[in-house]
Amino acid sequence: MDSFLNTKRPPVFCPGCTHERITKAVDAALVKLNLEADKTVLVSDIGCSGLFDTFFNTHALHGLHGRALTYAAGIKLANPDLNVIVTMGDGGLGIGGAHVLAACRKNLDLTLIILNNFNFGMTGGQYSVTTPSDAVVGSEFLNQAEIPIDICEIAKSGGATWINRCSGHDSSLPDILCEAIKHKGFSIVETLGLCTGRYTKRNQLTPKVIDEMIERLPNYSGIVEKNQRPEYGEQYRNLANQQKNFPELFKVDKIFDLKDMKRQEIVILGSAGMRIVTAGDMVCYAAISAGFNASMKNDYNITVLRGQSVSELILSPEKIGYAGIESPTVVIALSDEGVQRRIKLFSKLEPSTFLLKEKSVSIPETSATVVEIDFKEYQIKKQDWALASLGFIAGKNQGITMEMLDFALKSRFKPAVYESAIEIVKKLATITM
Amino acid sequence: MALSFMEGNEAVARGAISAGCSFFAGYPITPASTIFSNMLTMLPPNGGICIQGEDEIASMGYCIGASMAGRKVLTATSGPGISLYSEQISFAIGSEIPMVIVDVQRLGPSTGSATRGADGDIQFLRWSNTGGLPVVVLAPKDALDCYTLTIHAFNFAEELRCPVFIASNKEIGMTRESVDLDSVELPPIVERKYSEIGKDEINHKYLPFEADKDSVPDFLPIGCKTLVRQTSSTHGADGYITIDPNVIAQSQERLINKILNAEERLTLYEENHRQGADTLVISYGVTSRAVEDACEMLSKKGKAVSTLTLKTLFPIPQKLIREKSEQYQRIVVIEMNMGQYVENITRLLPTKKIVFYGQMNGVLITPAKIMEVIQNG
Ligand code: SF4
Repeated sequence: MDSFLNTKRPPVFCPGCTHERITKAVDAALVKLNLEADKTVLVSDIGCSGLFDTFFNTHALHGLHGRALTYAAGIKLANPDLNVIVTMGDGGLGIGGAHVLAACRKNLDLTLIILNNFNFGMTGGQYSVTTPSDAVVGSEFLNQAEIPIDICEIAKSGGATWINRCSGHDSSLPDILCEAIKHKGFSIVETLGLCTGRYTKRNQLTPKVIDEMIERLPNYSGIVEKNQRPEYGEQYRNLANQQKNFPELFKVDKIFDLKDMKRQEIVILGSAGMRIVTAGDMVCYAAISAGFNASMKNDYNITVLRGQSVSELILSPEKIGYAGIESPTVVIALSDEGVQRRIKLFSKLEPSTFLLKEKSVSIPETSATVVEIDFKEYQIKKQDWALASLGFIAGKNQGITMEMLDFALKSRFKPAVYESAIEIVKKLATITM
Repeated sequence: MALSFMEGNEAVARGAISAGCSFFAGYPITPASTIFSNMLTMLPPNGGICIQGEDEIASMGYCIGASMAGRKVLTATSGPGISLYSEQISFAIGSEIPMVIVDVQRLGPSTGSATRGADGDIQFLRWSNTGGLPVVVLAPKDALDCYTLTIHAFNFAEELRCPVFIASNKEIGMTRESVDLDSVELPPIVERKYSEIGKDEINHKYLPFEADKDSVPDFLPIGCKTLVRQTSSTHGADGYITIDPNVIAQSQERLINKILNAEERLTLYEENHRQGADTLVISYGVTSRAVEDACEMLSKKGKAVSTLTLKTLFPIPQKLIREKSEQYQRIVVIEMNMGQYVENITRLLPTKKIVFYGQMNGVLITPAKIMEVIQNG
């Protein structure tokens, strides 16, 4: 192809705008690389640089300010065969900073062309993240109180594998863009240019001044040695391909027949680290093996290693509607924190409620039938209290039986874990009160 | 009957896989994170892609890109994330980019309570796009619904080329329960309608947004033989910016009507009609479970009360609500918020007595409270 430019939609930039030169340079690069139009995507965002997608006969996606890299990443991950080129102004660079950093860190094979002209052209020449402090721009004095960023330096520390800073007027720009596109990984070309519509009206900026600026700034001309590493997409696919085991649905058949199946509401009151959720899980699997429906609501702190851990279980021969606990049949109190979390519960309990309490735990006045066990006496470690309690209630056929519990442990734990779990469970299974 | 035991969030992930989802991008947030972690175990072994975005905005951007490359995509978040999604939601709606967005709602406003449930985002989902175009919002009541509605959501999204929301709730997403996924009859899986010519050969006539009146444009993915344009700007059929008022008006109308005209097809619900009832309780989401319990108890006490559980909240199932309410004098509406949907019902049923109870205090509404409202309201 001699040109990818869409002759029906010629560039519409202000006379002298560097964007026009860059448009031609991008076209020259695409031609030079002999890219296939249908394998090439131009992704742009908002601002004058956001017009780029309309000038080329390639695939195109034009989106929200600063987000171009996010669409580009989605496209490239979904279809790694495509050449994905992103244009972004210094406005998009600021608002989409997090995405630039992520792209540097990831090293997905995208090419980012930054069209830095030191201000927001389209909206009235306001200052951007690259506006010099001494520039006169459309934001009164605001830029004087800040300093501009050097995106190349940021990209380097962010892990970018290929960075080039050049003038938008550089005659070798097509070759630079070719190298950038060819680079397997994330490449950034920062072009510095003139916004004749806004910026150069009040600031002395010429191609020569830009060349001098580039001279003064740290030099970036391609490969960043210290950041070289494999491309993200390949890395991702290599790692993902090792994930071979789809977590198949685990189904439990009804294998036990309980003569009198009554609804059970079980509350386990414990603390972080006591494996309350695992215990709750086991009760539910045990119940399901006898044809019960089960539901489990857990309440624990966001800081998972501290505070209460409460599990509320409903086991029911009927479909479970409201999943809150109304009148517990079994309460297991294993820590003061857990008890405090449901302190209002105790006064409402009936004598028919079976309440198992560890010796050290204090509970308020209650009409429930309380059984107290000194877990330490049985040499049960704190993290095993919940599991051991299940042995106790199963031994008393409170809601679940020993065979149901044994089945649950066997089907959910690996053999070695099962062996130690069943040991713990048996410790309290046979004691009589 | 074999049962599985899972939380609503896992059921969403399994539904997505059954629907053919092959791309997920999301950002961790309680109570939605386990949709992400489940997708992360399910997609890679299936050849799918699962990515953590650098933030919510990026996650949506990844999904938009992947959807435009032809993938069925899913993302999941909670209220604070939906806030950040909203600029991209507007893009996806206005530019007809299919995707499924799950909002596992938590108590708001703002960061609110990460581990407390609420249905506080219902109107936010409806109006989260600039321009106010109609959207599809489905509301599951349990883990099984999470599974089936996710499949429906993908079907609707692909068919109508729009984002479809699932308004889940912490109380469903993070509550584990026994489910029989094999017991449900699933809808046939819908695939995006491609332009007949153009995928593997150049179709010079293809216009990415050309569609008959009130219908959906044929899709071609970015990266196929025919060049495809996508844009967030106001566009004509060719995908280029337009300022032609007629073209703009037609396209707005089409975006509205393609959703609203599908109302009946999109309407999903459950009902429990009880003989002799003079009251119908309308609810949705996890609250409808307590409503059903309450009405069951009342019926045992000799007072018959019927229920209607809405699974499709938007587009508002107007025909359904009118028809199902016809024979009742009194309509009771219960919501786990301070009244976000009841006004739609009041508007549709101007001659009925409407009783409303809303609660948003971080806990589930109890059946006892609902019985009280039904009996005294
Ligand atoms: S406003 Fe500035 S950036 Fe925009 S076209 Fe004019 S010169 Fe170029």
